[in-house]
Amino acid sequence: MPLALIILLPLTGACLPALMQGRSSRLLASVSAIPALLSLLMLLSWLPHVASGGDTIVQQLTWLPSLGLNVAFRLDGLGLLFALLITGIGCLILLYARYYFEGEDSVARFFTLTLLFMSAMLGIVLSENLLFMLVFWELTSLVSFLLIGYNTDRQAARLGARMSLVITAGGGLALLGGVVLLGQAAGSYELSAVLAAGDRIRAHEHYGLMLNLILLGAFTKSAQFPFHLWLPHAMSAPTPVSAYLHSATMVKAGLFLVARLHPALGDTSAWFHLVTLTGMVTLMLGAFVAMFMHDMKGLLAYSTVSHLGLIMLLLGLGTPMALAAALFHLLCHALFKAPLFMMAGYVEHATGTRDMRRINGMWRFMPAMMVLSGISAAAMAGLPLMSGYLSKKMLFTESLQVSTPDWAVVVIPLWVTLAGLFSVAYSIRIFHNVFFNGRPIDLPVWPPHVTGSAALSPIALLAVATLLVGLAPQQAYTTLIQPAFTAARQALVAPYDVSTLGGNVPMAMSLIALAGGALFYRTRDPLFRFHARLPEVDAKEIFDWVMRRTIALSQRRVFQLENGSLQRYLTFIVITVVLLVGLELVAVTHWHGGLPLGPLDPLTVMSALLLCLAAIGVVVFHHYRLPALLLLGVTGLFVTLAFARFSAPDLALTQLMVEVMAVVIMMLALSFLPQTSPRESTRTRMGRDLAIAGLIGSGVTAFSFAILTRPQQTISDFFLANSVPGGGGTNVVNVILVDFRGFDTLGEITVLGIAAVAVFAFTRDLQLKERVVDTQPGHWVAEPHPIMLSTVARLVLPIALLVSAYIFLRGHNLPGGGFIAGLITAVALTLQYMAGGLVWAQQRMLTAFRPLIGAGLLIAVATGLGSWLFGYPFLTSAHGHVTLPLIGEFELATAMLFDLGVYATVVGSTLLILANLGKLMTVAGPGKEIG
Amino acid sequence: MALLYAITLGVLTTCGVYLLLRARTFTVILGLTLLSHAVNLYLFASGRLVSSAPAIIGLSEQPADPLPQALVLTAIVIGFAMTAFVVVLALKAAVELRNDHVDGENPDEDLA
Repeated sequence: MPLALIILLPLTGACLPALMQGRSSRLLASVSAIPALLSLLMLLSWLPHVASGGDTIVQQLTWLPSLGLNVAFRLDGLGLLFALLITGIGCLILLYARYYFEGEDSVARFFTLTLLFMSAMLGIVLSENLLFMLVFWELTSLVSFLLIGYNTDRQAARLGARMSLVITAGGGLALLGGVVLLGQAAGSYELSAVLAAGDRIRAHEHYGLMLNLILLGAFTKSAQFPFHLWLPHAMSAPTPVSAYLHSATMVKAGLFLVARLHPALGDTSAWFHLVTLTGMVTLMLGAFVAMFMHDMKGLLAYSTVSHLGLIMLLLGLGTPMALAAALFHLLCHALFKAPLFMMAGYVEHATGTRDMRRINGMWRFMPAMMVLSGISAAAMAGLPLMSGYLSKKMLFTESLQVSTPDWAVVVIPLWVTLAGLFSVAYSIRIFHNVFFNGRPIDLPVWPPHVTGSAALSPIALLAVATLLVGLAPQQAYTTLIQPAFTAARQALVAPYDVSTLGGNVPMAMSLIALAGGALFYRTRDPLFRFHARLPEVDAKEIFDWVMRRTIALSQRRVFQLENGSLQRYLTFIVITVVLLVGLELVAVTHWHGGLPLGPLDPLTVMSALLLCLAAIGVVVFHHYRLPALLLLGVTGLFVTLAFARFSAPDLALTQLMVEVMAVVIMMLALSFLPQTSPRESTRTRMGRDLAIAGLIGSGVTAFSFAILTRPQQTISDFFLANSVPGGGGTNVVNVILVDFRGFDTLGEITVLGIAAVAVFAFTRDLQLKERVVDTQPGHWVAEPHPIMLSTVARLVLPIALLVSAYIFLRGHNLPGGGFIAGLITAVALTLQYMAGGLVWAQQRMLTAFRPLIGAGLLIAVATGLGSWLFGYPFLTSAHGHVTLPLIGEFELATAMLFDLGVYATVVGSTLLILANLGKLMTVAGPGKEIG
Repeated sequence: MALLYAITLGVLTTCGVYLLLRARTFTVILGLTLLSHAVNLYLFASGRLVSSAPAIIGLSEQPADPLPQALVLTAIVIGFAMTAFVVVLALKAAVELRNDHVDGENPDEDLA
């Protein structure tokens, strides 16, 4: 049976309540219970296997092996104990929510989120892969955020939700760092490998950092001091959420993690000090604050903090049975704390308040609940025969086993006894205050609205479970705790008899705690007065202050960097490039790579000089835009010559055509823009920019010089060797474009088409009714379509088209091809536009440019798909010889069909851009869309 | 030859980057075009500088490296499409913001 199903059931089940918005809580609870119960049953079916000491079950699917991330599930004693708690208590919470939300509308969200949470929590405890587990870890933080903020209209709920998210997600971030370090140290993210690599991990140089980060994640999640403060504020959530997430399950995820990774990280001095000391502080602080809380849920929340600290303490202790005690107490805590929360929820519903100074004497109104809560409170206090009694005695026994360090031998037993005393006091307090202690005072709801007896069923079931564990501890230990203990130690553990537990000293400690707690409670009034006089440290204030400062600080930093000036951003980017690349280049010692520089000839030198002069001219004259543009055209022409000079006829042809089109487009744009650029840069700024640009320029010079003088390693020999036999063409550049790297070309013409359509979309609603800046009269020629030009243009057109067809056809063997032919056609047609004007040209020309682009792309794709028909991979080309009369023999390849697609896309895109920009020129516009 | 080529690239890059850092859209487009020339020439040169030996089978013993040429060819065409797009973007910005400063507002204009 796949373990994934256990997680997937609640996950998919979460959709059911979401689809049933507005239904009653009764129906929703029943529907939600189905997947939860199924998961529980599946887990129970594994119980015999695990309890009898069966193997750890690992099931695995490869997901992203390159990242070490696999979908892998693991079921062992530890995972099963937690999974049973998650699903078992989850089912009871759903039952409880049915009554808790009775009569309320729109509670579907609660049920969806609860199932989602259940699934995420199961994911944490059943993951084999640590990275995979982290995904679920974050998911529980998110769902917890949504559930705490469930009452979105209440500010306290929203603030509490935010606080919990900040703290737990921040811890999650730390955990991510720790897990990555851990995975690197262990060489794998699979738990089986990590747990077996304990010695290597503990000896790793980053062990300390790794441990701190992972524990940070665990401490934030399990509300350990000083991160505990989110838990009391999470009590704004509806009570089912508090009972489920914030006492029974989610806050135990940190404990689970610590127990789980114990074999890999544990039992070092750093581990002992971090885990035990944190646990000790949390235990005492939680217990102390809980005693003085007047809010029922507040008391329970701080007592949860205290119990979490207790379990954490045990996890760090390192004595032989400490882990078993921790797990045993964890089970007991989940069983007795959840019903107490449920009770608090009902009492709040019944009385309208959570203030224990007002809620008194409830035994008259809810006697059954009094009995059931009595069992749970007694277990929390650790009365004999109760589950909590045994787990506390285990705690006391273990505290006496500590042998190092010296201080711990004395301090820890005293410390846990004192904390036990406090816990007795608050257990008595919540029970006695709520159900006895005289009569109710000034309740908002009077008489108390009494809950039906069916509603008590979840509390009753949990109370029975508490009693069972208390009465038959040995069975509970052997079935649930021992397998979990084995898994957490990764070693066989000897059977353990719970009934032989202890001796006189732990017994005495228990008695001291019980008697002291009772005494403490009796003298509470003076103690409360004393507590009220203590200076109040509001942790929330501190948290808020830190948050405000952090936000203000980051805002200031952001505004310093991001002030809205694109010019500034660009400067930052360029400076970053200078720094990053510059630092690398400085280290280069041999710029000259050894190859000869090559002979110079006067013509090349002069061309290079002119190219440089033209480029510098663009800079010098850039305030006068028309001359600058003309000089830019000159640089483009010299670049063309450079391509021609260095054996790249295809490039030269392409560059020439593109240059013409680009200058035409910029000329069009210039007619709308100001003719000059203002001189607004200060001298310092110009100097600075010149320095930056100069640095980059020198870097490029040095770098390209280094490349040009080094021998070349190229993969082109393959292309040169296979061009004729494989591609059927002698022009290797074209064969690469349409055949070897045809898929790239397909992508590139797609980009071209997209850019053209984007231009079309932008110009469509661009209203240039008035020019941005009026041009000086006489700057532009008055006669739009000179007769000489239009006459010549018409004569040129057929010749140009013929040339373009010729260039296209020969492209596979001689310089040419779809790109170049397309550009030539486009230039020829552009000339018609310029000569005759937009309206004239449009009346005489095919203007369906967008369909043309689409057709081109379709042809290219269809050619590629065609090879599938013959059982070849996408874009495999076939070729053969064809002899045409008059023209002679030439090679015909399917690649030519692909090239036709390229041709059509290029023509369509270029003309779409040009015609639409040109449309802006006409005063009224041609009235309809072009293309 | 290699040195001359490298220096030319450096000059083109310097001019391109300097113009890129100016404040007006049109000037930035000029700079962008110069810079893309430099980049294309640089990529092209990674196939080394070869005279009179185009990458056509049968024309020469040691033909030029065809792969950078193929790359640069598409780069030129796409560069053109991008230039056109940026030009239209500049036009649109100029129309909607009523100035052609890259930051969308004239620094000397009183905004109050």
